[in-house]
Amino acid sequence: MSLIVNHVNYIYGENTAMEVRALSDVSFQIGDNEFIGVIGHTGCGKSTLMQLLNGILKPTSGEILYNGQDIQDEDFDKKLLRNKVGLVFQYPEHQLFEVDVFTDVCYGPRNMGLEENEIQLRAYDALKAVKLRDECFYVSPFDLSGGEKRRAAIAGVLAMKPEILILDEPTAGLDPKGREEILSLIRSLHDESGISIILVSHSMEDVAEYADRIIVMDKGKLQFDGSPAEVFDNYEALAEMGLSVPASKRVLYTLQQKGVPVKAKAITVHDAVDEIYRVYSGGKV
Amino acid sequence: MNLIEAKNLIFEYIRRDKDGEVDGVTRAVNNVNISVKQGDFIAVLGHNGSGKSTFAKHINAILHPTEGTVLVDGKDTLDEEYLWDIRQTAGMVFQNPDNQIIGSVVEEDVGFGPENMGVPTKEIWERVYESLNIVGMYEYRKKSPNKLSGGQKQRVSIAGVLAMHPKCIILDEPTAMLDPIGRKEVIRAVRALNEVENITVILITHYMEEAIYADKIYVMDKGSVVLEGEPHEVFEQVEKLEELRLSVPEATKIAHELRGKGVPLPVGIISEEELVETLSKIL
Repeated sequence: MSLIVNHVNYIYGENTAMEVRALSDVSFQIGDNEFIGVIGHTGCGKSTLMQLLNGILKPTSGEILYNGQDIQDEDFDKKLLRNKVGLVFQYPEHQLFEVDVFTDVCYGPRNMGLEENEIQLRAYDALKAVKLRDECFYVSPFDLSGGEKRRAAIAGVLAMKPEILILDEPTAGLDPKGREEILSLIRSLHDESGISIILVSHSMEDVAEYADRIIVMDKGKLQFDGSPAEVFDNYEALAEMGLSVPASKRVLYTLQQKGVPVKAKAITVHDAVDEIYRVYSGGKV
Repeated sequence: MNLIEAKNLIFEYIRRDKDGEVDGVTRAVNNVNISVKQGDFIAVLGHNGSGKSTFAKHINAILHPTEGTVLVDGKDTLDEEYLWDIRQTAGMVFQNPDNQIIGSVVEEDVGFGPENMGVPTKEIWERVYESLNIVGMYEYRKKSPNKLSGGQKQRVSIAGVLAMHPKCIILDEPTAMLDPIGRKEVIRAVRALNEVENITVILITHYMEEAIYADKIYVMDKGSVVLEGEPHEVFEQVEKLEELRLSVPEATKIAHELRGKGVPLPVGIISEEELVETLSKIL
């Protein structure tokens, strides 16, 4: 599977007084089993980009290729693309609507026109994959806790067996433990099913901890695309965009500015602790 | 006298099944005792479902105690006669910025509260401009609220409460739906109204970094207060907070792990500045 974004531009309300350029010449590629974090603040174009990836929006110019075929081609099966590129919106639990959780998760595969057996099997697998307790399957989605509702909503998208799962701020509004649970769930989906993950997040700490690759968007442009360590090395450039680096990195960086001989490479708490300890013990560790 | 006094506060609600039959009783707030002095900045932490928002809704009489009492500026929230006094003393800002703005122009939205209170027109405008200045939104006064960012909308909501000249503002997860820039703007505005205007602030949140500025933190679990103290005292309890589905600020995490490795750091480090300062002395 490959999804290629090739010189894509997107303009809202082109040729009107309300014209807004949301994306300028964005190019990148997504392969199998990637874990990509997308960062950038509100209005940077990341939501527009996500909606282009599964064909909800059509590029003003440029193209998006799924396995080599332009998704805007007349003979391209857009329905297939929407199954293959699953989109979990912000606060996805607002979209739960069925009488019970199981029926809700069946909705996606049922719309795909699958056999009843297959529909139920997929719903069951998806609910198991998001680690929802069996007791929750036949209760109203509205009786679940916040974290459980969100799992149920993610299961609804997983049941369509996407190859790429895009999650727009999946931890918004959850408590710290709930955030960690959802992120570990996403990581295990990535590790166990071979699916590619695109995680849109405002938390630098979270993308540093979980993603293998980070894409930074600013003013509609793709500014950085690389490993978390590479991307967060651009301390000043990120600050200019109003973005920060993970707290661990900031602490090391500030120490370095004060003349302490630490390397400001680490981006997670664990690595920062190791680096500070290395210097503390005189570089012997 | 304390501005807010919750004594043995209990709140229960009745659960019903789908036919409307009584299914059981849930105790959402269990024997809470909290007192807040004028000018205090209080943070209430707790995981989703810990009862913190239910508690907050008692302070301006949206909910009433099942048992115990809540006094706001000496007035019992159960006494209907004082309902409007209480709501005016303790104003509330909610999580979703889009649910609490009603005006089509920023300044009109902010003026809605004092207008309802029967404040004379000239004074309404004075209050509107003063409030918008405090939250740093004066230059947006003629704008339409739907053109604002989430953080700006929340600051307009705060100004709307401020214009009613409350002694206390309760903010129920005001930053949960905002991006980092919006969060910073709102927290800066909240600190300004506490430090400069001496307004009592009760901040309900589960962002640990926002609680480090508080004078006192209460941590709730299963409807009860399970930890209370100054920020550095509360955040010392790293393991306990994790058990409560919470965490500690990143700087505290680093300090805690370094201490575990034998690096002589004092307990109670909560900000990055403190951590860097302390480390630069021993490295």
